[in-house]
Amino acid sequence: MSETPAIEVSDLTVAYGATPVLWDVDLTVPPGVLMAIVGPNGAGKTTLIKAILGLIRPAAGRVLVQGRPYDVQRRLVAYVPQRRTVDWDFPTSVLDVVTMGRYGALGWIRRPGRRDRRLALEALEQVGMTELAHRQISQLSGGQQQRVFLARALVQDASVYLMDEPFAGVDATTERAIVHLLRRLRETGRTVVVVHHDLQTVEEYFDWATLLNVRRIASGPVDEVFTEQNLRLTYGGRVAFLAEGRSAVVP
Amino acid sequence: MTAPQLEIQAIAALVAAACALPGVFLVLRRMALISDAISHALLPGIVLAFFLVEDLTSPLLVVGAASTGLVTVLLVELLKRTELVREDAAIGLVFPVLFSIGVILITRFAGDVHLDVDAVLLGELAFAPFDRFVVAGYDVGPSALWLMSGILALNVTFIVLLYKELKLATFDAALATALGLSPALVHYGLMALVSVTAVGAFDAVGSILVVALMIAPPAAAYLLTDRLPVMLGLATLLGVGSALGGYWLAHWLDASIAGSMAGAAGIAFALAFLLAPERGLVSLARRRLRQRWEFAQGALAIHLMQHEGSPEAAEESRIEHLNRHLRWDPDFAARVVRGAQRRGLVARVDGSLALTDRGRAVARELVVR
Repeated sequence: MSETPAIEVSDLTVAYGATPVLWDVDLTVPPGVLMAIVGPNGAGKTTLIKAILGLIRPAAGRVLVQGRPYDVQRRLVAYVPQRRTVDWDFPTSVLDVVTMGRYGALGWIRRPGRRDRRLALEALEQVGMTELAHRQISQLSGGQQQRVFLARALVQDASVYLMDEPFAGVDATTERAIVHLLRRLRETGRTVVVVHHDLQTVEEYFDWATLLNVRRIASGPVDEVFTEQNLRLTYGGRVAFLAEGRSAVVP
Repeated sequence: MTAPQLEIQAIAALVAAACALPGVFLVLRRMALISDAISHALLPGIVLAFFLVEDLTSPLLVVGAASTGLVTVLLVELLKRTELVREDAAIGLVFPVLFSIGVILITRFAGDVHLDVDAVLLGELAFAPFDRFVVAGYDVGPSALWLMSGILALNVTFIVLLYKELKLATFDAALATALGLSPALVHYGLMALVSVTAVGAFDAVGSILVVALMIAPPAAAYLLTDRLPVMLGLATLLGVGSALGGYWLAHWLDASIAGSMAGAAGIAFALAFLLAPERGLVSLARRRLRQRWEFAQGALAIHLMQHEGSPEAAEESRIEHLNRHLRWDPDFAARVVRGAQRRGLVARVDGSLALTDRGRAVARELVVR
């Protein structure tokens, strides 16, 4: 491949104590793909994302973002954590949370100004939340919270987006809005990596997939890697269904 | 008011404001207990620094003693990281050790100097005006006034400069790390601020009551607003109000100033807890009551709608049958009907109830939801 990969993970091992969470994972994410990371609970999906972002120190291995370490590339990366990881009773407004996406570009001490607020409002418009901009965040539904997080990532104007379960616990409208947004990001040349739980929608939503269960089982275009055999390897034969037209895997 | 009275109140107000500002972030970060730990663990630092500089209001003593606060935080985190004890236990283990070292040092070596356990625990605001700050032969006021002004200025500067970093590190530490705005740095900065403030304030209000001024006003402010800047302002106002109110309470009761100030802060919190417009107990109870009636009226509307136009409608809509069909007691049913009539959901037609257009709309909306 001539292009520099958006993300290149090599020999990544992460352990909590003596328990390995990721074993020697190699992963290359080409630029401009919309990739799902799937795998059972405890497969290390969130850990993989956190290790890419430098939130967890790996026991071994290396992560490159567009060919260079994350430390010097952080402006290029936007992160959407799981919704439950923050305190939604925090005394602040929707617009303020979205503006936080600009803090990286601002750096230490400099305060967000009019331009940052305008960008935040534009991002809110993209997720259809303009009229809730001044709402206190504790009054949001789960889907709205997720959209606020997405808007916060959009405002970073990154080239690589890492999202941890953006579809978890959202209503159908929000799910459609998110899918639409992910496609728009891909169309504008961004690389999007999404931890995903719903196997039924992988082929519909994504063009690239990584199957993970502590070790990397497979990674590549969805139609090549999202196979019965790989799923069985990933989920240990516990896959009770597959998309229409294929036989169900019964243990 | 005499000059010393004014000075005492000014010091009390400065202490309260200086405590409330970092306190807001302690409350939001769910670290209220760490202020207790720091303020106690400062004791050995204060004693050792006092042996060196022999002046309780010296900035050198403040810095020296404040470093014990950071040691506390560090020890708590090291203990927690072993995963053998949880954070609350780690806090409970660390600060008594440091505190007891301080107590032993005082009782063993400081018998003949102005430093005793009572003063450290409870402070002695009434004596603060006696310790004057003299510059080139001029008396420019009590030392404590200058010291606390300096600490308040430090706190305001820190929070104004690092407002956005403090907010992000508190709300979403992972994002702060990912963006390169180290939450650990912000955390230790805040802990240093808490330590310095506690050292400065312990002389005035004692190490125990520092906690009251750091936690109660911000906790009350949290109930009163959902905007962080307003919370910072309100916490400061409530703190200063408690300090001044406490001073006059002490005057009136002829009791400890520090105790009365902490008591006033407690009363301020209790009032917010009961009466806060959105989150207070009283408004919660009222909201619950209102919801209960609205729910019952909705249930009545749905009941009437289900049977509308059916052969048994006449029977189901009779007021005296509501208690049988809905298993409501007659008094309750009568009140629900009255409420529903007032809201224009139902109308009485010779002993029977009929849905109004509005009632039908409400019922439909409830069913769809």
